[in-house]
Amino acid sequence: MSIPLSWYLLLSVALFCVGLFGVLSRRNAIAILLSVELMLNAVNINLVAFWRYLDPARMAGQAFAVIVFAVAAAEVAVGLALIIAVYRRRKTVVADEIDLMKW
Amino acid sequence: MTPSDLLSILPLLVLVVWACALLLVDLWLKRKGVTAFLAALGLALTAGLALAQAGEETTAFGGMVALDGFASFLNVLFPLSGLLGIAVAYGYLKRMNIERGEYYSLLLFSTAGMMLMAHAADLVVVFLALEFLSLPLYVLAAFARPRLDSEEAGLKYFLLGAFASAFVIYGIALIYGATGTTSLSGIVAAIEAGSLGTSGLLLTIGAALFLVGFGFKVAAVPFHMWTPDVYHGAPTPVTAFMAVGAKAAGFAALLRVFVTAFPALDADLTPVVWVLAALTMFVGNVVAIAQTNIKRMLAYSSIAHAGYILMAFVAFGNPATRADAVASALFYLVTYALTSYGAWAAVIALEKQDPSAGSGQAASGLEINDFAGLGRRRPALAAAMTVFMLSLTGMPPTLGLVGKFYLFRTVIEAGQVWLAVIGVLTSLISAYYYLRVVVVMYMREGAPETTREPWLDFTWAVSALATVILSFLPMALFAWASAAGVMGF
Repeated sequence: MSIPLSWYLLLSVALFCVGLFGVLSRRNAIAILLSVELMLNAVNINLVAFWRYLDPARMAGQAFAVIVFAVAAAEVAVGLALIIAVYRRRKTVVADEIDLMKW
Repeated sequence: MTPSDLLSILPLLVLVVWACALLLVDLWLKRKGVTAFLAALGLALTAGLALAQAGEETTAFGGMVALDGFASFLNVLFPLSGLLGIAVAYGYLKRMNIERGEYYSLLLFSTAGMMLMAHAADLVVVFLALEFLSLPLYVLAAFARPRLDSEEAGLKYFLLGAFASAFVIYGIALIYGATGTTSLSGIVAAIEAGSLGTSGLLLTIGAALFLVGFGFKVAAVPFHMWTPDVYHGAPTPVTAFMAVGAKAAGFAALLRVFVTAFPALDADLTPVVWVLAALTMFVGNVVAIAQTNIKRMLAYSSIAHAGYILMAFVAFGNPATRADAVASALFYLVTYALTSYGAWAAVIALEKQDPSAGSGQAASGLEINDFAGLGRRRPALAAAMTVFMLSLTGMPPTLGLVGKFYLFRTVIEAGQVWLAVIGVLTSLISAYYYLRVVVVMYMREGAPETTREPWLDFTWAVSALATVILSFLPMALFAWASAAGVMGF
């Protein structure tokens, strides 16, 4: 009795959509960054599920998932540094208030 | 990993090692001019090594990395664009009081990411290269800190860039699920085996998400919203480097992946690319008319040019015109690189620090009206700027005309006459705002303050000369681009 692949894919799609909604609706730069991370985790669920069901003999999918979260960590490091730099000068991280130039 | 693997990506390796070493050496260097010189030396060495690789055809690292005409063409283009990025930045950084050695290391890292992109023969490498080239660019966009507009540009670029890479990677995951592999040759084999069944849909969705993600990266409409703000806020040399390098790298990935792996998705994706290209050309050129700031105008112009290059893509599934499409896209990338570096160099020559503006937008001289009287004050610079504007429009005697000619020819050969018509009409629209700059320079009275810096003057002079001279001898360049148009694994 095992869980079918499609359930994992649906979970991943749902998580991706939650992240997508977060990016589009949240106004706080940190919340947007968190939502992007959710989208990347949806990718990891996909990769590992596909690997387990389609190609368990090779390591490709798992290795790819590791690469994705390593890269995500690098991205967060740069992103938080940028957010802190903005916060120091303006005392805000709300995207609507960071509007020197029109969007 | 064998020695021959390492040898096939030697230019890239040299550049990465050089960048790491430069980061350390810079700590002990008081004069940042030395750092700039060392960075330029590294890029020149890389370009030389890449040139020596021309004509080699091999794959390495178990098929993850390809060395072919396409890769070696771009591997010469990217370091050269990095060299120009250093030439325009050298005086600017000093003038704006942001002379920090990290600029040069970051630029080297970003260039290395672009070169990895040109090599990529596996979707994992594409993703890795995408992040490798983007992360230094996010920091570079915010490099003029504590200038508020630059910090803002960095943050916006980062948020949208991370969002876009999430799309790319989700698309890659679906492609992996549909075909069971991430290598481009493996994907082709899986599609040809015809055993996809329902996962054919997964593959199409994956390819579409991939297209959306890279649409953000190359600034195609409707994924272009970040471009004007980021180009406006980032320090101008960074904008120039970004406009040329990041765009070229985005197109390198799109060309490589779509032409080699997805010709079978032709029927589903060609209409999408068609609409993207048409929208991008139209919106980019029309909105550019309304701009009064030269950086924002050139940003919209850069969007419009992404549209022209996207035109070459509608032919990606057609085996007869595919090689021509890649060649004309590469040729146009070179054209755009030369012309836009020149135009940005002219913008940098007029930009100055504005003591009255306070801490916010501490740069002035960036309105189109600030170019008034340049024809009298700096005749050579004004003449060069005229050449760049003509070339961006696509008028003789400039390389822009030749580039557009090859593009339109490919599009018509692929049977997309209407797209070519849209391309020509939007080029006519673009003449309005490009020529307005020329009119302002020669017809209006004014006393623009310009900067004379040897390397900056060198950049616009060389770009202008090359834009004119190469337009009379385009065949050598086009022959090289054609050789690069045939991709092998």
